[in-house]
Amino acid sequence: MTAVTARPSPRTASTRRSARGGLREWSGRVGWAILAWAAAIIFFIPVLWMVITAFKPESAAETWPPKFIFTPTLSEFRLAITGMGPFLAHSIIATLGSTVLVLLLAVPAAYALSVRPVKHWRDGLFFFISTKMLPIVAAIGPLYVIALHAHLLDSVALMIILYTAMNLPLAIWMIRSFMLEVPGELLEAARLDGAGRIREMGSVILPIISPGLTSTALICVIFAWNELFLAINLTVTNAATLPMFLISSVPQEGLFIAHLCAAATIASVPVIIVGWIAQRSLVRGLSMGAIK
Amino acid sequence: MTVIEDLAPAPQVAIQPRGISRREGWMRRLPLLPALIYTIVVTQIPFVVTLWYSFQSYFWDTPGGAHFTGLSNYKTVFTNPSFRGALVRSVVMTASAVIGAMILGVALAVLLDRKFFGRGVARTLIITPFLVMPAAAALVWATPMLDPNFGLLNYLLQPFGVHHVAWLSTHALGSVIVVMIWQWTPFMTLIVLAGLQSQPAETLEAAKVDGAGALATFRELTLPHLRPYIELGILLGSIYLVNVFDAVRLMTNGGPGTSTTNLPFFLYQEVNNAFDVGGAAAAGVVTVFLTIIVATFALRMFARVFQFEEAR
Repeated sequence: MTAVTARPSPRTASTRRSARGGLREWSGRVGWAILAWAAAIIFFIPVLWMVITAFKPESAAETWPPKFIFTPTLSEFRLAITGMGPFLAHSIIATLGSTVLVLLLAVPAAYALSVRPVKHWRDGLFFFISTKMLPIVAAIGPLYVIALHAHLLDSVALMIILYTAMNLPLAIWMIRSFMLEVPGELLEAARLDGAGRIREMGSVILPIISPGLTSTALICVIFAWNELFLAINLTVTNAATLPMFLISSVPQEGLFIAHLCAAATIASVPVIIVGWIAQRSLVRGLSMGAIK
Repeated sequence: MTVIEDLAPAPQVAIQPRGISRREGWMRRLPLLPALIYTIVVTQIPFVVTLWYSFQSYFWDTPGGAHFTGLSNYKTVFTNPSFRGALVRSVVMTASAVIGAMILGVALAVLLDRKFFGRGVARTLIITPFLVMPAAAALVWATPMLDPNFGLLNYLLQPFGVHHVAWLSTHALGSVIVVMIWQWTPFMTLIVLAGLQSQPAETLEAAKVDGAGALATFRELTLPHLRPYIELGILLGSIYLVNVFDAVRLMTNGGPGTSTTNLPFFLYQEVNNAFDVGGAAAAGVVTVFLTIIVATFALRMFARVFQFEEAR
């Protein structure tokens, strides 16, 4: 980020050389902006279309040519919300529950892999990342059987357990990268003061990495909130999450587009906003802390 | 400065890893154990059970439970053309989506690297597809966007001579891949953009002074600098995209026929429609073995990517 602002525009000298050069420079810049904006809008169109359609009455949603001018209505939102309650509750509990559990497990683990590292910390790190490469889909049948025998099938607890395992490697890598940035002098000073591991963690490390913990939590929230494969295989009604509500909002027959878009908008907007807020730390989270 | 972190030892000042007492060793291991045990129990046990069931005949809908059948599940897997088909489609879908998303990602990152009016907003719009719930995205693409009769895409493509194309029946695989690319381009853009912004300004200046053109500079300086970032993006993108399920299940349901059935969807069907736990387990074991082969390379690449700063 800073590198961009720090880079002086190499063209300022040539801009002043002649009016014609200036004009070319200016049109080049405008052209660049138009190109970039066009790309941005093309990428955003499906999302925009989803939100626009959500405000349509059902009769205006399925027309040819598509309608761009219509009287907006909230009726589809109201309809979508009425059936959403339990799904929303399950999603919120599974997402927040797993995120809290992830942080509780990941912070000490990241500590043991960075600040006071265990002997084989490198192997530890790669073990965690390797679990992300094993396709969970391969074990879905047996997972179902295990959950059945453990009386966890169709329970939010099961979703919390699995989402925690899903996000834990990412969180450990990410939190570790934040802990590595804690200045060594601070840790040394704390140790000279006679601080033990707990005090070192509580009074030095955690305050410094707390923004990092927040962005880690946001990334975990995004992945848990959006998850469908495990939910569709292991839940029916007692723990069905929002993505499953979306599927249920597509009926076998009849008009449903506006209804679907309203439900999809409600389901997506929380995470879109979280992601917009967490934009700056998104790269770091998605690269598991590799890119700062 | 944006830099890929090196795996150099942690910032330890007072402590030396050498000559750690046994007690200190356990004090260090202790904080790691909960996460380690949790991960082993939750992620490894299902695979052990999968291995067990792959030698059993076990159908949901048949009473009597599981019984040993030796290698017959594996025989079925290797002679089953739909498993092979799903495997090939998984590779095709993952590879084309990752490559497509990376090419677009580099292009968008280059666009976003320069200052222009409203750059922050444009960046926000571009990353949004990645944040939309994949199930929502798949459903919105399936009908409001791609429907042959009133889908927006056909309307927007009208000036180019496209008339009411039923994308999901005539170009099913392509449509699913396009949606995968659409969702994952933002991811690639962000990673490549971080790489672009970490490029030292002086190098670019020097190239300019030497009279290098923009294209030559990009090819000779920027691309080599971006290499580890591109590798990282391809690696992480593949890890996620090989498991893509939502788009397949909700856009095409694996069809028409089996033309979009990838491995995750195939395994889902084995368990949910064919009720064949043993067969699905055997297919799962084969999948895991193939993954381990690929992952061994991937992990090596990971180690290299994470260390490149150290090597410099």
